Amino acid sequence: MADAVSALAVGWPETRADARAKAEGREPYAADLYPEGVLWAGAVRPGARLGIAHGRIQRIGTAAAEALPGVLKVLTAKDVPGTNRQGIVHKDMPVLADGKIRYVGDPVALVIATSREELEEAIRLVEVDIEPLPAVYDPDTALADGAPKVHEERAGNILAAAGIRVGGGADALAQCDAVVEGVFETPVQAHGFLETENGVACREADGSLTITASTQAPFRDRLEIGHALGVPFEHIRVIAPCLGGGFGGKDGATVQCLLALAALNTGGRPVKMQWSREENLLAGYRRHACRIEYRLGAMRDGRLHAVHCRLVYDTGAYAHLGGEVMALGMEHAGGPYRIPHVRIEGKCVYTNNPVAGAMRAFGVAQATFAFESMMDVLAAKLGADPLELRRQNALRPGDTNCAGVVLENSVGIGGCLELIAGHPHWTGRAAWKAAAPPGKRRGVGLASVFNAAGYGANVRDAAIAKVELTADGRILVYNAVADMGQGNASAFVQMAGHILAQDASRVEVRQPDTAAAYPSGSSSASRTTFTFGNALIAACTQLKARLINRAGLLLFVDDDTALELVPGKVVHAPSRRETALAQLASFMRPEERCCLGEFVAPLCRDTAGAGNGFFVGFPHVIFSYGAHLARVEADLATGAITAVDYVAATDGGRVINPVMFEQQVHGGVAQGLGYALMEDLATRQGQVLATDFASYPMPGALDLPDIVSLACESEERTGPFGMKGIGEVAMNGPLPAVANALADACGVRLWRAPLTPERVWQALDQAAGQARESAA
Amino acid sequence: MSTDIEFELNGKPVRIATPETRRAIDLLREDLHLTGSKEGCGAGECGACAVLIGDEIRLACLMLAGQLAGRRVTTIEGLPHSALGARLLRAFAEAGAVQCGYCIPGMEMAAFDLLRREPDPSRERIREALSGNLCRCTGYVKIVDAVRLAAAGDAGPESPPDGAAA
Repeated sequence: MADAVSALAVGWPETRADARAKAEGREPYAADLYPEGVLWAGAVRPGARLGIAHGRIQRIGTAAAEALPGVLKVLTAKDVPGTNRQGIVHKDMPVLADGKIRYVGDPVALVIATSREELEEAIRLVEVDIEPLPAVYDPDTALADGAPKVHEERAGNILAAAGIRVGGGADALAQCDAVVEGVFETPVQAHGFLETENGVACREADGSLTITASTQAPFRDRLEIGHALGVPFEHIRVIAPCLGGGFGGKDGATVQCLLALAALNTGGRPVKMQWSREENLLAGYRRHACRIEYRLGAMRDGRLHAVHCRLVYDTGAYAHLGGEVMALGMEHAGGPYRIPHVRIEGKCVYTNNPVAGAMRAFGVAQATFAFESMMDVLAAKLGADPLELRRQNALRPGDTNCAGVVLENSVGIGGCLELIAGHPHWTGRAAWKAAAPPGKRRGVGLASVFNAAGYGANVRDAAIAKVELTADGRILVYNAVADMGQGNASAFVQMAGHILAQDASRVEVRQPDTAAAYPSGSSSASRTTFTFGNALIAACTQLKARLINRAGLLLFVDDDTALELVPGKVVHAPSRRETALAQLASFMRPEERCCLGEFVAPLCRDTAGAGNGFFVGFPHVIFSYGAHLARVEADLATGAITAVDYVAATDGGRVINPVMFEQQVHGGVAQGLGYALMEDLATRQGQVLATDFASYPMPGALDLPDIVSLACESEERTGPFGMKGIGEVAMNGPLPAVANALADACGVRLWRAPLTPERVWQALDQAAGQARESAA
Repeated sequence: MSTDIEFELNGKPVRIATPETRRAIDLLREDLHLTGSKEGCGAGECGACAVLIGDEIRLACLMLAGQLAGRRVTTIEGLPHSALGARLLRAFAEAGAVQCGYCIPGMEMAAFDLLRREPDPSRERIREALSGNLCRCTGYVKIVDAVRLAAAGDAGPESPPDGAAA
């Protein structure tokens, strides 16, 4: 039976379902909502203007602001009806600060006004007196005896401390033929999504709250709002339209509780909150700064033998996912390698810096800089080829990783390294380097990367998918995990179309709405397409069987195997009879046209006691892998590094859509190159130095090469259609690959990121000075 | 204090009462409901609010409503009215240039401005022309692909998208 249109097919580069609407500017983001009569809400964050990061609130003077025409309310902590505490794992962050501020972005009041202009003026008029308290701005100071406490109940300012020990631990370093060591420092990174934190909230006539927000976790938002404001969960509805970027920064409450609080005070009028870019850089979440002490030992033949690593993460004033960020970094700190003896120690420390939270490849991007730099240093010491050393030690299925987990799922690092080994940029590196223009040096650098997928142990990582045959005969997927741009919703359309044999015009997706979809966790942790996709397969498979069965009733066919779903209809080929899906739908009751599917992701329950001190999220069983190759040019006069070429080979299991696969890899590499070369959301005395994209530069079109993505497909038996999530893994490669390429080009190694021209130039200058001295 | 401002928007005359000091981006998005132009920074650094004023590419977050008076304004919503604009939007979708999509309207305005003047630009030229537009999702590779794809289609000198004389 020939059809004019072909069904969507997994594995094909189908055009994303959202591409046309977004290209035409029609996609409705949360920021595009301006309901009739909308009010504006904004937070008063006095720490920045007073230059105080830690201090006791003495007085909040609201009279002048309230006297402004157009100002409805100025709310403070005393107006918060619930616990006034929010946080994903630890609820330690106030909606409105009570008692003291712990960082410059802590909000002490919430202003509601009739226009944005009046709101801005009113925020300026709220008078706040704060008595400064002694503060801690770095983990060392925070950990010292007698240090000021960020949270009274947290002794030693420690949010989390844990350890991993496998085999003989650090003692085994003494048995090694070669040991290398280094201390690494990584910067704070901003997510840099273009749609800043925002949303709209309204209290409905029945007293319930409806919040539409740019959020990665609508179902968790409901819990956060309910807990913080004392509103019953069933009275909170959260809607998550397409996000203008997330990268982890919209996982956790940003505007949600503030907006809900505002909506409780506007007498039913809708209220909007939209952070400025400055507010985003001040009060938005960010990547943890990290210091890593690393010792790595090998035998003469190149076998890795022992690793000892200490990681200290600065989580800032509140927990967010700091403990889990630390745990994930620790779990990856040995690299994707077989190392029999492992000792990894981690601490996550409160300071009076802005709040660090989830960001793409959290914890891991930091650790990868250390272990992949060390691999090159080790290769040099052993006189080994850096690629060969990696191939020799790369994890294989059945191996035990550095967290003590026996790998029973797909492991594609070996295949990724093979792709790089055969790439002309690697095989032709000598000639390319020799052709460096005058005043420049060229170098080639590698990085092996991996990234866990899913929430990890002790957290239920599950999804519930709903799919419907609509009354007019189309397929509707009820997405429950926000699409922050990665395209999971389009992947769901493709999967549903594939299973139900429908073309793009007949499959639609509805973005998450807690009143229509089912709790399926957050859009995060490389688990979004994996977990929800598995649930969706179950739902679609059920719906397919049901449609075939009901078509049999209509067509008087008792053999279901003779019936086939094709675009728009079910056909019985032997008799050439058919029924349109619209007709079929009209014979079915509404609840009969819907199917639910559920999935719970595999968990690790046995690590042979390798870890201690972990709370949740350690360890994982599924990882995506990659091997990266950077070719860089260093300008000897300025120290500027240019990434001339970049190749990323990625194992994400089977590829659902090759274009979307490339999109994720390109984007991860781009964000990683920013992290490697320029991005540093620095603070001084807890004050954020950047206020805009001029003071926080991110890579533009001229700063990045034509990144090349290669897929190394493995078969992940637990994944939907054999896939694994790759939203994060590519982020990890650029920093170490570029640092290794710089060392290859110029013989200098940087231990602190980003690799800015100043730092590179200083290292070159120092190396030249040492060379002169030894020559003299 | 509101003033009546008249200008041409995507080929149609508009008359609206607004304070002259209202930001053009707010006038377009909030008052005229054209939310395709995005605000990413409010400071002229990201390019997400790029629009055409006459034949010039401009940032709506840096303009005031009064500056639109008497001008011909083209936003992303008006781009499909021209053959080149329509081809460009299709190319962005087909080339896989769209991820979160928030930067895309501004990118397309900048790309339209380039292709109108240079129908067959090199990848390097495209990168230069888009260097005022930030994207955090794509690494720009497929965005450059999209502009090349649109250029490879029937390119030629193009009048402004609303068809009106300059």
